[in-house]
Amino acid sequence: MPQFQIATIPRVPRTESPPRVLVIVPAWNEQDSVGRTVREILEVHPEVDVLVVDDGSGDATAERAEAAGARVARLPFNLGVGGAMRTGYRHAVREGYDIAVQIDADGQHDPRFLPALIAELDHADICIGVRFAKPDDPYTVRGPRRWAMFLLAKVLSRLAGTRLTDVTSGFRACNRRAMTVFAEHYPAEYLGDTVESLVIATRVGCTVTQVPIDMRRRIAGTASASPIRAAVFLFRAVVALGLALVRKWPASFDEGVVAEDGPLPLDAA
Amino acid sequence: MTSANVLGLAAAIIVVVTLFEMLRRHRLREKYALIWFVLAMGSLAIAAFPAILFGLSDLLNVQVPSNLIFFIASLLLLAMSLQHSFEIGKLEERTRTLAEEVALLRLNADATERPTDPIDRSAE
Repeated sequence: MPQFQIATIPRVPRTESPPRVLVIVPAWNEQDSVGRTVREILEVHPEVDVLVVDDGSGDATAERAEAAGARVARLPFNLGVGGAMRTGYRHAVREGYDIAVQIDADGQHDPRFLPALIAELDHADICIGVRFAKPDDPYTVRGPRRWAMFLLAKVLSRLAGTRLTDVTSGFRACNRRAMTVFAEHYPAEYLGDTVESLVIATRVGCTVTQVPIDMRRRIAGTASASPIRAAVFLFRAVVALGLALVRKWPASFDEGVVAEDGPLPLDAA
Repeated sequence: MTSANVLGLAAAIIVVVTLFEMLRRHRLREKYALIWFVLAMGSLAIAAFPAILFGLSDLLNVQVPSNLIFFIASLLLLAMSLQHSFEIGKLEERTRTLAEEVALLRLNADATERPTDPIDRSAE
């Protein structure tokens, strides 16, 4: 089990050329929105590469993403966002990208905020694009879901040593340090992909920051908003957070995950 | 010999025979067979010689010997299902890793087989 020596990985790429950016789009049965999302990303930022991780979709998600100009990694069956994201981070680490950004396929993350997220990586390892940071934000949640998000934000702010207002946001950018950690440890459990991954990152010494963004309405599909679902969300959030806090990280599974090509590419420039 | 003894003896013999057959046909790995084999032998011994159980109950001050059996059996079953949960978790983590690797391998295979730009292909 390789030990993470986060400090040895440079935060800013050594080269003078602009950093190579990979946008990872986890997609599960998102055929109605994935094409538009990919096209928009490439339109606004032609210099980035887009990798859509098709999380075992039964529809035309992969085909439409490919037609829109993305590379598509097809998972043989559904693993959840965590599995899709770890696939993306591994690809990013192996292909030597400097920055990996997660953008959800449902179109609620506006790629115009990408430069703002990436700029923050000059002094942090992970930057989250968050919803509630602005007072005039039209997007509001209430009830149990709000309490859950409040609790998660409070605990994680404390862990990260900085104020975080929405840790469940899937719009986030990572530099090579964080990417290397996530390529090896990215939980597959519910909420693990957002909440627990941040706990892991802070445990191994990554720094987290946030920038306010406007979240858009989803292009297709519906957000889970019923009060029962919100209560279930609260319960699962507490469980996920509790587990994340008591678990030992980095976990030692019995096989090295990224390391099969030799040692972890910690100092790959 | 009471009917309860015969029942226990028959059950123990069935378990031992089944285990042996499964092992012989490569249906069971040794690491799981061992614990089952010990259990089967234990129940066989108790069915054949109930005195063992009575002696043990006296030793542990258990008034009803069958309660001792239930206690030990439930504890063992609990331990084994816990062991299985652990093994399943390990397997799930491995299949997850394999699935991710398969996706990345397919991605690389596609890139080497069809080096054309995906946008051009869709226009065909």
